[in-house]
Amino acid sequence: MDDLDRKIINCLQDGIPLIDEPYAEIAKQLDIDESVLLQRIQTLLENKTLSRFGPMYDAAKLGGDFSLVAIKVPETRFDEVTEIVNSYEEVAHNYHREHEFNMWYVLATETAQRIEEVNKSIEQRTGLKVYNMPKLDEYYIGLKLIA
Amino acid sequence: MNKPQLKKEQFILDDINRQIITATQSGLPLVSRPYDAIAKCIGIDTSDVIRRMKTMQENGIIRRIAAVPNHYALGYKGNGMSVWDVPSELVNKLGEQVGALDFVSHCYHRPRFLPEWPYNLFAMVHAHNRDEALLLVEKIAEVLGEYDRGHDVLFSKQILKKTGMRLL
Repeated sequence: MDDLDRKIINCLQDGIPLIDEPYAEIAKQLDIDESVLLQRIQTLLENKTLSRFGPMYDAAKLGGDFSLVAIKVPETRFDEVTEIVNSYEEVAHNYHREHEFNMWYVLATETAQRIEEVNKSIEQRTGLKVYNMPKLDEYYIGLKLIA
Repeated sequence: MNKPQLKKEQFILDDINRQIITATQSGLPLVSRPYDAIAKCIGIDTSDVIRRMKTMQENGIIRRIAAVPNHYALGYKGNGMSVWDVPSELVNKLGEQVGALDFVSHCYHRPRFLPEWPYNLFAMVHAHNRDEALLLVEKIAEVLGEYDRGHDVLFSKQILKKTGMRLL
């Protein structure tokens, strides 16, 4: 990653305009050729410096339901419980965190009822209590990471 | 940023908008005229694609058209979930203040589970390492002042699963 890559990453996080030729516009701002910009973005995606480039959709507004759920998993049972939790296709993310509440998963389902069903099923299969923590309010999403 | 109305206000998407979302959810085409490529794939005019996406942007369905960097690739290795116990009646006001900090990426009000889990405000912080992340957490504590009745930071040890969310 060189200085130009950093400039491109910083610029693209702000968002690009919704116009016919957005890359030409951004390239002009960065004082480079459009073809160079396109090639750089391609490479940054391929080497996974960028996770994604494109429209960021607010999944909650497209229907469906989401929740963050925590479980206190005894360390000796961690692998077994991970396998059970990860087996549900509704579990989109699952993180091991350093805390008594050490497993945190995100459910993405088509209906609110399904959140309840999956959680109940996980409780039954693991014998552990799940703590369902859906967002009640959202204050900010988005962050610029300076490259 | 305005606070979105959660759940109560879902937009009815017509078939064309669904097709636009499906065609772009993995990314915007990297060609000079990306919306031509999308239009062609769906079988409508480019101007229609742009007009519809503008409407979706106004409705907040599209937050923005932007790059999402990989935290780790940029050297952000101290990613912590800070959690706070603040007075319920002030959570919205305090949440707005914490969310406005430039190093906070997500900020949410979530339910408590007393007595085990007293925290009702969640703020994700991203830093180059843990020490730096802890300094950011202290900055949040300063913002909350006397309303910080207790807090903790949960660092991630391992990603156990991470799939792209299927939107439609």
